[in-house]
Amino acid sequence: MMNIEEKTFNQDFQFQAPLAPKQTRLQAFWFLFKQNRLAIVGLFIFILFFCSALIGLFLTSGPEPIFDPALIRLQEKLRPPLAKPNLDSLRPEEVPTLDFYLMGTDDLGRDVFARMLQGAWVSLTVGFVAVGIAVLIGIFMGGIAGYFGQYHIKVDHILLTFILVSGAGLVAGKLIHFGALLLLLGLGHILYSILTKKRSREKAVSSWSAFLSKNAVSVDTLIMRIVDIMLCFPSFFLILTVVALLPASIYNIMIVIGLTSWMGTTRFVRAEFLSLREQDFVAAVKALGVSNFRIIFRHMMPNAVAPVLVSATIGIATAILTEAGLSFLGFGVPPPHATWGNILSDGKRFIFDAPWLTFIPGVAILIVVLSFNLFGEGLRDTLNPRLRERH
Amino acid sequence: MTNDSLISVEDLKVYFPVGDRIARAVDGVSFEVRREETICLVGESGCGKTVSALSILGLIPTPPGEIAGGQILFADQNLLELNEADMQKIRGNRISMVFQEPLTSLNPVFTIGDQIGEAISIHKKLETEAVRENCIQLLTDVGISSPAQRLKDYPHQLSGGQRQRVMIAMALACDPDLIIADEPTTALDVTVQAQILLLFRSIQKTRSMSVLYITHDLGVVANIADRVYVMYAGIITEQGNTAQIFHDARHPYTQGLLASLPSRSKRGTRLHSIPGAVPNPAHKPGGCPFHPRCPYAIPTCRKEYPQMCDYGQGHLARCPVLFEGGGL
Repeated sequence: MMNIEEKTFNQDFQFQAPLAPKQTRLQAFWFLFKQNRLAIVGLFIFILFFCSALIGLFLTSGPEPIFDPALIRLQEKLRPPLAKPNLDSLRPEEVPTLDFYLMGTDDLGRDVFARMLQGAWVSLTVGFVAVGIAVLIGIFMGGIAGYFGQYHIKVDHILLTFILVSGAGLVAGKLIHFGALLLLLGLGHILYSILTKKRSREKAVSSWSAFLSKNAVSVDTLIMRIVDIMLCFPSFFLILTVVALLPASIYNIMIVIGLTSWMGTTRFVRAEFLSLREQDFVAAVKALGVSNFRIIFRHMMPNAVAPVLVSATIGIATAILTEAGLSFLGFGVPPPHATWGNILSDGKRFIFDAPWLTFIPGVAILIVVLSFNLFGEGLRDTLNPRLRERH
Repeated sequence: MTNDSLISVEDLKVYFPVGDRIARAVDGVSFEVRREETICLVGESGCGKTVSALSILGLIPTPPGEIAGGQILFADQNLLELNEADMQKIRGNRISMVFQEPLTSLNPVFTIGDQIGEAISIHKKLETEAVRENCIQLLTDVGISSPAQRLKDYPHQLSGGQRQRVMIAMALACDPDLIIADEPTTALDVTVQAQILLLFRSIQKTRSMSVLYITHDLGVVANIADRVYVMYAGIITEQGNTAQIFHDARHPYTQGLLASLPSRSKRGTRLHSIPGAVPNPAHKPGGCPFHPRCPYAIPTCRKEYPQMCDYGQGHLARCPVLFEGGGL
């Protein structure tokens, strides 16, 4: 038997309201994004750069590359762009693939076009890997600071860290017995506190244990002060110092750039998380029994990703610029490998005789960095609803 | 305490520091929910209804909040003593919650299928396809048309009532023993409110669950409650079944609330109102917290904390003055 209430209840769904035209998020995004001409230009150049770097990697590497960036033809040095090679003086395998030098040759007669192609891949990977490292660290630190920020680090945590670090230091410094004792002490304390851990509401008994459980500093304060300290370093000089100490390699440069540029992302993510944490849907998923880790990375991160994406895009431009600067100063990727920075650097001695050697990589860096900035700003305008109304 | 008690909250105290004072948001609240029963917690804004509900699920942020005392017994365990991992197994699985604002309680970047499926996949560990079928069944149960298509919708594509239905589907996902509904119809208009209340009643009947319904709307209470707890300033002032509360209110606060309801017989006359406002939880008056607003207050009310007075058949009111005066 169906009572009257159930009947009315079902009646509401007999007819269907007309649905709004279905538009996925991506379509809506693209509709707004394509209104920004400069950002489209930026995106176009970005894709072009990406493709040429990828193709360049294949064309310039391998045992017999199509464009050999390392082939030295001393008799053909400092030829201007589009110059025909002097076929009489070249062995058949030295003839450039295009039958002319598209971007000229440098002081050793190497094909600048081949070197630019090889350098594009370096710029691309440095940009992406360095920013990838920075974003990962930034999201992690910012997420912790924003979500767990109100928790306090207690005095015994600090003492424990101190004991463990000094123990490890002593072991490393050949005082093995004493250091091992300290390490064991610290680990023992961790085990003990895990075993006795309970949600008890007992007050501390002695003044010593009261001191140990005193709140020293909140997690938020700790992380944000570390960010402030990192921001105080003149980062380019910090990178210079570190690179001078480490063996010169492209991977060291990526890591160092990444490790010195995560602070902006941390601040963005923390700020977003502070506001997201108070949202109802976070309480709602918590009431569903979702773990903190899953709340942070699955529920809050997608909501916070827009400003991170924007700062990452602009960060790539900065990283490319930093790498070029380092290579220009001679601290970058070691010489036989070409990067835009060291082509520029090598060319500066011949700036009046062979201006293309400085001009071509310089303009390439300018265009790529500019396109990333334009694309990043376009993204920001599209993803931020408050800025959207300007268009 | 009877045998069919599902959850019983005993002398719960939740305090929050406000500046250098302590706000006693919940100050010794006891109530129980029996199996297959709908309980209403009624009270004005800021009287501690939501805080009581959140502390059942262990969702009070500590710090700054502090559970200062009491116990919450559920399935022979004190929920206040469980650790976070055990609590996560209870949340959404045994006890779930429907929130006040359906507009903000759904994550804007996921489809509703993802969000309903989440609770199922966390607690039941089913295959993707089984989760999907479960979701469709849940959406059908809460009265959403063409559920298979709706699964792919984002929250902003749904209306307020549909969103609240989705929230209820999420809460139902693991067949909990108790659903806590925190003013689930406050943000909705009256017709949708009636539908949602109907939905709660039919769900409660078909799934034989208990519902703890938090509201400030006495009309809603009359509609769905089996038993009612009236709260004021962090304490329970009166409890009883719905008929007792509505026809035989024994506490001046409940009487004041009922007198403030608009009705047809009172048309044209000035609506009654309780003078004054709810006290700030950090500056509560001594003695009976209601005495500054109470028409029957006598000097002892200012000094003595009122005891529960038993009117029989589970009807209790915290007002000795009216109890001794024979109800006035």
